[in-house]
Amino acid sequence: MERTTIDLWVGLFVLLGLGAILVLALKVGNLGGVNMSDAYSVRAGFSNIGGLKVRAPVKSAGVVVGRVSDVHFDGERHEAVVILKLDKQYSFSRDTSASIMTSGLLGEQYVALETGGDSAQLKEGDKIKITQSAVVLESLIGQFLYNKAADGGEGK
Amino acid sequence: MTPICGWAGSMPSRLVKGVERIGHRVIDALWRLGVASRFFVLILLHSGSSFRRIHLVIKELFSTGVLSLIIILVSGLFVGMVLGMQGYDTLQRYGSEEALGVMVALSLVRELGPVVAALLFASRAGSAITAEIGLMKATEQLSAMEMMAVNPIARVVAPRFWAGVISMPLLAAMFSAMGVFGGYLVGVKLIGVDEGSFWSQMQSAVDFHQDILNGIIKSFVFGVAVTAIALFEGYDAPPTAEGVSGATTRTVVTSSLAILALDFMLTAFMFRGEG
Repeated sequence: MERTTIDLWVGLFVLLGLGAILVLALKVGNLGGVNMSDAYSVRAGFSNIGGLKVRAPVKSAGVVVGRVSDVHFDGERHEAVVILKLDKQYSFSRDTSASIMTSGLLGEQYVALETGGDSAQLKEGDKIKITQSAVVLESLIGQFLYNKAADGGEGK
Repeated sequence: MTPICGWAGSMPSRLVKGVERIGHRVIDALWRLGVASRFFVLILLHSGSSFRRIHLVIKELFSTGVLSLIIILVSGLFVGMVLGMQGYDTLQRYGSEEALGVMVALSLVRELGPVVAALLFASRAGSAITAEIGLMKATEQLSAMEMMAVNPIARVVAPRFWAGVISMPLLAAMFSAMGVFGGYLVGVKLIGVDEGSFWSQMQSAVDFHQDILNGIIKSFVFGVAVTAIALFEGYDAPPTAEGVSGATTRTVVTSSLAILALDFMLTAFMFRGEG
């Protein structure tokens, strides 16, 4: 086969391969999603984060506005510290409350933000003060059983 | 000196023979491993000249990459379609058929894409490389090159190595993309899973670094392993018809086993401890 034909085919092959990687990155993966280079991070302390993981979505009114970038344990205050990376185009008031929710009964856990009434906005490095921990199913069941037992004792 | 009792006397000598045979096997295997690694280092040392004469690499890219396209694309499409069907069958039992896209994409990008594409590559391109180089050696073309002061490793082996290493990740990516398309065809167009949740759940679950980049790294490692094995088997083949055919078989068997073993190790490193 002639050399130019081979060059043409190899060029097509390489372009096709790179195109496939691009398709995988943009269509299958989430590289085209929320652009995290334009983000600011805030901290939030929770007494229990349940099964929250790094990269879990941060939603406000059900819309993804950021991602969890880090989860670690604060040894002094004995609480979990969650770092939230929020998209620059969304701003939240300083008295925004954060709570850990579960999508569906057994779905993944996410952080829900509910904005407050303060006119000052959350800035890079701020800490969200009002937080609500994850609902742990075991403790919920335990509480239910305890209440049930208490009700039964009163009834007698 | 005759042994007093033939049976008792032959026992230790037979034992010694057995140990000798084990030792011989081990030394043989180690020797071969040493030759193979020296061969690999030689390829890397002579790679510079193959990049200076890039048209040699391009010519090999044609025979290893372009000619493998059809089998890779068709297999990818069918693997994806089967994944779509089987995945739907399992997922709908739990009422979560929207997760079909996640299942198809993750299994293709992480495992099936690199591994199956590498297995196909080993049997399609690896065997061809071994047969070609083995026959070159049998017909003394390699010796003729050496006579003309042309280094056969720089002229014949290194361009084939780099062509294999370059084309493997591209082929694996095409396999995965084709497979996702096949899963989409069956899942969305044929069975009727909701198109929006198919793509959106896939996009929220597949991470570029964690899944796609690791898949590409895997296929790159497989490309190095398969091409190096194929080249070594060809270069090392006894210069007879029988020797070349045996070497071709060994290429496919050894590189398939190497792919699976490497895949296990890479997976253990990449996806360990991830929720």
